[in-house]
Amino acid sequence: MELMEKSKIMSQEKFKEKVFQMIIGNLLRYGVWISLSIAFMGGITYLINHGNEPEDYSVFIEKDNNIFNVVGNVCEGLIHGSGESIIFSGILLLFLTPMLRLLISLFVFFLEKDYLYVFITSIVAIIIGLSVSFGFSH
Amino acid sequence: MTILTFTLIMLLGAFLAGFIGSLSGLGGGIIIIPLLTILLGVDIHYAIGAALVSVIATSSGSAAAYVKEGITNMRLGIFLEVATTIGAVCGALIATIAPTSFIAVLFGLTLIFSAINSLRKKEEHIVSESSPLAATLKLPGTYPNHHKEIINYGTKNVIGGFSMMGIAGMMSGLLGIGSGAFKVIAMDNIMRIPFKVSTTTSNFMMGVTAMASSVIYIQKGYIEPGICMPVVIGVLFGAMAGAKVLVKTDPKKLRLFFACLIIVLAINMIYNGINGKI
Repeated sequence: MELMEKSKIMSQEKFKEKVFQMIIGNLLRYGVWISLSIAFMGGITYLINHGNEPEDYSVFIEKDNNIFNVVGNVCEGLIHGSGESIIFSGILLLFLTPMLRLLISLFVFFLEKDYLYVFITSIVAIIIGLSVSFGFSH
Repeated sequence: MTILTFTLIMLLGAFLAGFIGSLSGLGGGIIIIPLLTILLGVDIHYAIGAALVSVIATSSGSAAAYVKEGITNMRLGIFLEVATTIGAVCGALIATIAPTSFIAVLFGLTLIFSAINSLRKKEEHIVSESSPLAATLKLPGTYPNHHKEIINYGTKNVIGGFSMMGIAGMMSGLLGIGSGAFKVIAMDNIMRIPFKVSTTTSNFMMGVTAMASSVIYIQKGYIEPGICMPVVIGVLFGAMAGAKVLVKTDPKKLRLFFACLIIVLAINMIYNGINGKI
């Protein structure tokens, strides 16, 4: 009897782990495809509007933009249908995919009552949060 | 050259980079940088930004399948991400102040190291015991082998692996690469984790590691949409094509060929870096 209970719990654990793997796997896959489709559409728009202009990527122009300004500019560009802004929004979405993966893991560890890993995952999220403020420019 | 022509050339180049990166096991990011800088004359900062974006795309894409199959050790990955993200933030901050020639030389050296490392013989080894710290952190795990049997494995030397991961993260933040070679050394050689688990977990970690430095890259203007778009799409499809070919062929001779090719590129990069031409 006790043994059966135990194996039931074991298989439940296994089941939960499987669901966790499915959720994370799908998130990663669709996150990449959705963000790249957006970037691709932006690329087409950009090429239609600017394709005939001469390129110049040989000199790096350093910027000092706050991340919120960057996002603000992208949103503004989106309203005007700027190809570059559409590409950028695709890239930002691509960057958000691993962040979302981290947050879902945090949630799942919480449900599993694995507080050690709730703690470890939080540290990773905090470091990424700090990197936003480290990179802050005036 | 017009933007349209240049975009098409970059798309083709990125496809090749992704293809070679996947066949040689080096990753597309590390090959796209010398391609953009040496062959196409793109500034190295833009090249690093575009490489980082493509690293996130390819690693997330391929990690998805391994996570579903249960090969990736997600707890191990998240634990080691503490080290890689700290390293990546430091690396990206150093990158914004380091002279370009320093970055070019360091990149060349990393390229040589990774190329030689890709030729190393890979043997699947499994340890059954784990160190007490590894057990406390629940790092030992299981994975299915070719015959769908579940294999249990142990984990050793957590502190050593964690430190090596910090270096891997720093290289990633400095150079915009996935630094898979360093990550696999940390897990495979130091922590004694099976090779298959090491490579897939390394892939799984790249997205979060790259994200930690990407915020700094975005703010400094490294991410140029016009370059990133063809590069990301090219590398991703190249990597997928490479993975298909890899199933059918024995990559041993190809590996040697690509390793030599990459060492030539690396020497070129170091030379240009020292002469201040990059």
